[in-house]
Amino acid sequence: MKSAVQPSDTPFYVCLALLGGIYVLLILAMLAADAAFTTPAQVWQVFRSNEIRYAVKLSLVSCSITTLLSLWIGVPLGYLISRVPFPGRGFLDALLDVPIVLPPLVIGLSLLILFQTPPGRALQRAVPITYAIPSVILAQFAVACAFAVRTMRVTFDQINPRSEQVALTLGCSQSQAFWLITLPQARRGLLTAGTLAWARALGEFGPILVFSGATRMKTEVLSTTVFLELSIGNLEAAVAVSLIMIVAALVVLAVVRRFGSEPAFRKALQP
Amino acid sequence: MIRLENVAIRAGSFRLANIDLEVATGRYAVLMGRTGSGKTTLLESICGLRSVTGGRIFLMDEDVTGFKPARRGIGYVPQDPALFDTMTVREHLAFAPAIRGWNRAELTERVAELSELLGIRHLLDRKPPGLSGGEAQRVSLGRALAGRPRILCLDEPLSALDDETRAEMQQLLRSVRQQSPVTMLHVTHQAGEARALADQVLVLRQGRVEPGT
Repeated sequence: MKSAVQPSDTPFYVCLALLGGIYVLLILAMLAADAAFTTPAQVWQVFRSNEIRYAVKLSLVSCSITTLLSLWIGVPLGYLISRVPFPGRGFLDALLDVPIVLPPLVIGLSLLILFQTPPGRALQRAVPITYAIPSVILAQFAVACAFAVRTMRVTFDQINPRSEQVALTLGCSQSQAFWLITLPQARRGLLTAGTLAWARALGEFGPILVFSGATRMKTEVLSTTVFLELSIGNLEAAVAVSLIMIVAALVVLAVVRRFGSEPAFRKALQP
Repeated sequence: MIRLENVAIRAGSFRLANIDLEVATGRYAVLMGRTGSGKTTLLESICGLRSVTGGRIFLMDEDVTGFKPARRGIGYVPQDPALFDTMTVREHLAFAPAIRGWNRAELTERVAELSELLGIRHLLDRKPPGLSGGEAQRVSLGRALAGRPRILCLDEPLSALDDETRAEMQQLLRSVRQQSPVTMLHVTHQAGEARALADQVLVLRQGRVEPGT
């Protein structure tokens, strides 16, 4: 029998590589263009500005507080949705996706309106929030926490509940089983959730612009700085600040890949 | 002693009803049944991990139907060893005694005793990743026995092991039984395992527990 000639698989893989390569090249080209646009001396010059140093400090502090708050809420909520069957669980799960899918400006507007309601006004008489530093943290938290919850939910989904059940038979209460068995096993997911929340908070712009304003030396964070510098035509400063944010994003990716839970990270970023 | 009186269990669309079962103190009972017959569901209810919708569960003549798992005094060995990934083998063996408030000397003595009995002394400082299936099941067995439970429930603990390791584990279970005054209920669907270990065979068939041969 005459053997059939096997067609080569090479054209198939070449097509895949060419199509995929276009997007990879776009990412690399954007990063390279940013890096080439400025020099270390220019970056250093930008950082001598008091306004930008303030924005860096406020970004670091607010993002760190947002991360802690997001984990504080994300761990219990993620655990509840993952492990405890209760009426309305599906609805709650869908509701928690709202901050992820809503346009950022709408989140900012919703926060602004919320604090114009009678309870919101009453709270503001005790603690000024709108157009003050707490509004920056709240705007970041409104979005970042949803990512933390989703990451923790995926993390708990991936931990075998049997370990916790065994712990119950060994003498643990539900709370002891959680603290001693489940939470230590969730440490990589916890790191991923924290890192992701921090990165999301750092990149938040729309809600902060609407809810906190863009007042220099008051509610200015790095994303606001890029906007403000662009609006006055100072492209060098905008790029220099953008570079910091790019480096921060790359560090986040490296931390998650090295120490975190990549499946939880990927699922958390899925729309 | 394990006694179930008229127990009913619901797990989704699956139901068991009118289940009666008795295992006398110190006996090694093997509960057999086809896949999906409800053996694991029944075992989980005895351990307190699944609530019953009717009937009573007695352990050592005490009605434990409403008790939480921690109060039942049962050692549980699941099919998947479900070891604690972040703990060493030593910490697994010390876990139940520590939770139950044993002092350090008692705890150390118990870890040494069990690691000797189960042949896992050389593994004490290892963590679960990297343990073989047989080693993991020995650790799981040791973890269940550590708190000196009155009853040991084993859910197909040998099903994932190769023939040689399974034979070793069967020998180990016989040794455990000789050295520990514990009532054992072992779930399996393998007749050979039942013949090798049981002095009482029960069969879960069409929602009823019957004496087996």
